[in-house]
Amino acid sequence: MNRYPLWKYLLIVVALVGGLIYTLPNFYGEVPAVQVSPLRSSLKADAALMARVEQALQKASLKPEGVALEAGSIKARFTTTDEQLKAKDAVQTALGEDYVVALNLLSRSPQWLTSIGALPMYLGLDLRGGVHFLMQVDMKSALTKKMEAYTNDIRSTLRERRIQYSGISRDGQRVTVRFRDDATRTKALAVITKNMPDLELTTADDAGEFRISGGLRVEAQRTTQQFALQQNINTLRNRVNELGVAEPIIQQQGLDRVVVQLPGVQDTAKAKDILGRTATLEIRMVDDERMLDLAAVQQAKAGQVPFGSELYYERNGQPVLVKKQVVLTGERINDAQPGFDQQTSEPAVHINLDGTGARVFQQVTRENVGKRMAILLFERGKGEVVTAPVIRSEIGGGRVQISGRMTSQEARDVSLLLRAGALAAPMEIVEERTVGPSLGADNIRIGFNSTLYGFAAIAVFMVIYYTVVGVFSVVALAANLLFLIALLSMLQATLTLPGMAGIALTIGMAIDANVLINERIREELRNGNTPHAAIYAGYDRAWGTILDSNITTLIAGLALFAFGSGPVKGFAVVLCLGILTSIFSAVVVSRGMMNLYYGGRRKLDRIAIG
Amino acid sequence: MEFFRIKKSIPFMRFARMFNIISLITFLIAVGSLSTKGLNLGVDFTGGTVMEVSYTQPPELDSIRGTLAKIGFSEASVQNFGTARDVLIRLPVKEGLTSAQLSEQVLVELRKDNAQLEMRRVEFVGPQVGKELFESGALALLFVCIGIVAYLALRFEWKFGLAAIIANLHDVIIIVGVFSIFQWEFSLPVLAAVLAILGYSVNESVVVFDRVRECFRSRQYRGASVPDVLDAAITQTMSRTIITHGSTQMMVLAMLLFGGETLFHFALALTIGICFGIYSSVLVASPIVMYLGVSRDDLVKIEKKPENESGAVV
Repeated sequence: MNRYPLWKYLLIVVALVGGLIYTLPNFYGEVPAVQVSPLRSSLKADAALMARVEQALQKASLKPEGVALEAGSIKARFTTTDEQLKAKDAVQTALGEDYVVALNLLSRSPQWLTSIGALPMYLGLDLRGGVHFLMQVDMKSALTKKMEAYTNDIRSTLRERRIQYSGISRDGQRVTVRFRDDATRTKALAVITKNMPDLELTTADDAGEFRISGGLRVEAQRTTQQFALQQNINTLRNRVNELGVAEPIIQQQGLDRVVVQLPGVQDTAKAKDILGRTATLEIRMVDDERMLDLAAVQQAKAGQVPFGSELYYERNGQPVLVKKQVVLTGERINDAQPGFDQQTSEPAVHINLDGTGARVFQQVTRENVGKRMAILLFERGKGEVVTAPVIRSEIGGGRVQISGRMTSQEARDVSLLLRAGALAAPMEIVEERTVGPSLGADNIRIGFNSTLYGFAAIAVFMVIYYTVVGVFSVVALAANLLFLIALLSMLQATLTLPGMAGIALTIGMAIDANVLINERIREELRNGNTPHAAIYAGYDRAWGTILDSNITTLIAGLALFAFGSGPVKGFAVVLCLGILTSIFSAVVVSRGMMNLYYGGRRKLDRIAIG
Repeated sequence: MEFFRIKKSIPFMRFARMFNIISLITFLIAVGSLSTKGLNLGVDFTGGTVMEVSYTQPPELDSIRGTLAKIGFSEASVQNFGTARDVLIRLPVKEGLTSAQLSEQVLVELRKDNAQLEMRRVEFVGPQVGKELFESGALALLFVCIGIVAYLALRFEWKFGLAAIIANLHDVIIIVGVFSIFQWEFSLPVLAAVLAILGYSVNESVVVFDRVRECFRSRQYRGASVPDVLDAAITQTMSRTIITHGSTQMMVLAMLLFGGETLFHFALALTIGICFGIYSSVLVASPIVMYLGVSRDDLVKIEKKPENESGAVV
């Protein structure tokens, strides 16, 4: 009766071997490495880039342990962190600013383990050190800005159609247009309804005044917010790339928040500075007369910039001489969207200026027809020409369209840059957790030691108290630990310090199942059952209880997972997984050992259970 | 080796009233402390900034306080953390000051006094986020309670579910109460520990209830009164109860001893929870089941038929 069929033994063996393989990578430790990845999607990490990296390293007479192309980036491993730092500088200078060169730690585990997906556990920020930011996007100001854009749109639309209005004003997120008579209002209502379907319009009469007031529809509000969030995430991603972080996490959380996690970043002041930076946008006139003079451009490139002008470059490297005088700044831009020219169907960028901006723009365009203007994006004091279009005609009403010689991808990029400069919605850091590298290492040690000593104490006690059966229980418990770590490595769940505490606690709780079984076996023996019957009944009867008691803990674990955040979530994951592995190891694995040891004996006089 | 070789049932239920009075008193003390002193909520829940910095030499805490007061943080709390060289600084939420710059400002000032300073950890939680963490914590607690009652009601009977959850909520109140009495910091990990304990010590009730059900069903206790059956069930499971909790406590003790300051309160909450868990889930839950009027019929309904049939044959 106490025999397992062969498949059950095989199952145990397979589980143990699998557990061992997936736990293995955690023991190899890590090597310092330099990771190179392209900044823009148009650049590829390929063999050519790898050759360049190798060349750069050779020039700096650095010998990497290995250079490999993995998952869209080049990774070069080094023996010491000193070499790693030197290599980073060497590669960065060789490749320029189109690539992110970041310091990273790579697992030392052998290739065959990596190729079957056996990776070390993914350590949380509290264990490896780094920064965690939770940033909140100010949605109210995003919506206000959107309404401001609509207010301008209404104004210019009504002017174009020559519909007389007596006043237009925006109050928070509502716009109100006043008219002198009902007939005009009816006309205006039709026009606005047709052109601006995102507005929900109502009419009201008051003391001889006829009004239309409107606000954003709920769906439009939602898309505006999603848009603002997405844009902020994009901006953050670009900035994080600048920081040179190997595995950054930038994720949406909830409706208006973004999580930014930068493992290994120590200089939090710099990180905060770069993340919190606002890019500024300027519109200036191109110095066309001097641009015609090729010699002057060459001189400017050499450092002799003509008086009253500055030299900037377009993204494709084209130099542009720009006048110092600023026509407009980014604050005057309400919105920028990619789209198409209504007549030619060419890709275009639509820019919406606010009232003051519109007036200035009209004046400037009137005086400069046929000349070029440049839109410049400044970040960290460095300017870049986003686009430099020719002014074809006077532009009034604050609605600007840039088109011609542009792909729709470029139109998208330009509008993104323009919006980044205008920054649709400001962000604020609402939560920060920074952990220094020494604390991270301490935390690992703390977690490891607690588990180790706790386990040792339990093991000693179990062996003394239950002798041979106690040994089985301890082996089952060790198997549980193995399965748990293997599972965590396999799932690449984030391990945090509370998670490590969770491992320790799970081990402490998992022994419960074995105690239940062992006590039950003793009891059955006391009641006069034969040893074989006692083992059978012990496992059989304890099973229901084990299931019940684990399910209640599982409920608590799931609740923690659902409602917990950050480190607590890590604890919850470990708790839930630990319960699952402990049921298997305590019931199946320990039973397997019992059956193997006692099951074969036909005449069993006693069980060594203390 | 065997610690508990008990032949006769211990008449626990005879002392049921006494246990209830003890429970009531501890419960009232806990509630009293919670309502007067309140909890020393950590930065996770209140919002604010916590910074842990490490010096090469034990620093003068007063001079750090002085430096902080100079730049306008006179309300900052400064204390040693773990060792004499590590210092924990708590700054309250300040209106109008952007959070992110705050910790940098403090670090810069402190570095002026001692350049050897090492930043170990900075935690800033905005007041809004703190409120949300508190709310989601409360929600998690509610979810666990409902989940456990529902499961136990399904598996046993509503009387057992109710008794178990009353007993364990009483545990939770006592753990939280102890944190209130000693004004230990109640942080997110402590909350996690409390919830884990809730799940864990319900185990205890489950094991006893399982045994109660088994006893009710067995022939041996056919004529026995409800208190006798409860006594028998508790006595029979006592050995397992103590050994299991002892083992878990060994692990928790390791955390308490080797876990440093970071895990200390977490492990402390677990320790209190384990100790009270044994007491309450056995000696509080069982009397409640008794008062709720549990009877053999509640548990043995399914088995009745076959028994009758076998009776007819014989």
